[in-house]
Amino acid sequence: MAALLEINGLDKSFGEQRVLRNINLEVERGEIFAIMGPSGAGKTTLLRILNLLEKPDTGSITLDGDTINGVQRNGRTATRQRISMVFQSPALFNDTVYNNVAYSLRVRRMDKHAIESKVSQSLALVGLEGYDNRWAKTLSGGEEQRIAFARAVVFEPDLLLLDEPTANLDPANVAKIEEVIRTINRELNTTIIIATHHMNQVRRLADRVGMLLGGELIETGRREVVFGGAADERTRAFIEGEMVC
Amino acid sequence: MNSAEFIVQGIITAIELIVGLDPYILSITGVSLKVSGTATLLAALTAIPLSFIISHREFWGKQTLLTLINTGMGLPPVFVGLFVFIMLVPAGPLGFLKLIFTPKAMIIAQYILVTPIITGVSLAAINAVPPAIRENAYTLGGSHRDIAVVVLKEAKFGMVTSVLAGFGRAIAEVGAILIVGGNIAYTGSVGAMGEGLSYTRTLTTAITSETSSGDISVAIALGLILITINLSVNAAASMLQRRA
Repeated sequence: MAALLEINGLDKSFGEQRVLRNINLEVERGEIFAIMGPSGAGKTTLLRILNLLEKPDTGSITLDGDTINGVQRNGRTATRQRISMVFQSPALFNDTVYNNVAYSLRVRRMDKHAIESKVSQSLALVGLEGYDNRWAKTLSGGEEQRIAFARAVVFEPDLLLLDEPTANLDPANVAKIEEVIRTINRELNTTIIIATHHMNQVRRLADRVGMLLGGELIETGRREVVFGGAADERTRAFIEGEMVC
Repeated sequence: MNSAEFIVQGIITAIELIVGLDPYILSITGVSLKVSGTATLLAALTAIPLSFIISHREFWGKQTLLTLINTGMGLPPVFVGLFVFIMLVPAGPLGFLKLIFTPKAMIIAQYILVTPIITGVSLAAINAVPPAIRENAYTLGGSHRDIAVVVLKEAKFGMVTSVLAGFGRAIAEVGAILIVGGNIAYTGSVGAMGEGLSYTRTLTTAITSETSSGDISVAIALGLILITINLSVNAAASMLQRRA
């Protein structure tokens, strides 16, 4: 498979604190790549840089061969329209489910009938058909997060970034969300990067994994290889549930 | 007549004036609503875009502007009245406009009083929108304009509350409009009590003059109307705050 995303020499500091150090990574088209690591390792910052919410200090990011960091305003909008992100908190708009999911299509000035069809497909994808007219803020936490997924993938992005998407959910809803992630990956062939510190989730979802520790990507590899015997002892310790820093 | 009878009689006469749609009372209420409504509308048209710009843009003098807005929220009305008076009197820099002692002068004074209030409350409503909402709108491909629309929709109840708060301040204000409006009513025998029609006389300035001249029932009638308007505005604001 060809690499959809390439990151080379990425560094990021906030003031004196260096959050990411010389990140080099390739993510292949259609795979689920898990970035694992303890809290504060830099997972969220890396995803926010990939989604252009933060600017890296140095380094380059290419999506499908196009450099996406450092481009001008119009270019940024075009790039963001190829990448989507689901955050830990769904942060749905105070509106109906339909208007939440339709948002990204409306800002792309899509035809009304096409929007109706896409929204309907997207709600079916997350198992919430018929929720169109429900008020988003009245849904349960799990339903809200599934709507956040429907909203994020309705425009069929090339790359979907997930930042601890099940952090606040009970096991039943975690299972539902994981099924949604698999469905999106399988049916839409969307490349997915998920940041998580839940090892079981990584085992269940990921094709390949990367271990981020203290801002450094210390190891990457096939999930079964890394979980079968990681090359770095800190990765092994983290997988076994030990404190690493 | 003892004090209780005096008050009861005043209230009965006041209710008769209101129920009987006394032209003098109606004209004063009309001027109040027109002046305060226009001033609030113009202030909202200035304040809401301004609050959005302050919230979303960094520019030179932003802190000074915020200080001015915070100061403006507590401006003494008589000071504003004096300032507008000096500007608009024939000898003043804007005297050629011939606006002093007109409803337009009152609108200008109330606009100055109300704009900082609507700006301050709107700014608080916009800043209360969680950053995650903006980031989601951005992430989903929205342009700056699209994101602005999302934020304004999220803050809409707070925005309406700010406008209602501004109107509440304007309709209850007396000092500034008394100075620049002059509390003028045409003479004649129009109302049941023999008064004329209002030109720049509002509910608040009329209460002042009617009380001074001893027409307590007219003052009570005007007071009842004023308090009803204020209660309605505050009830609407409370309801919107609960929904927000």
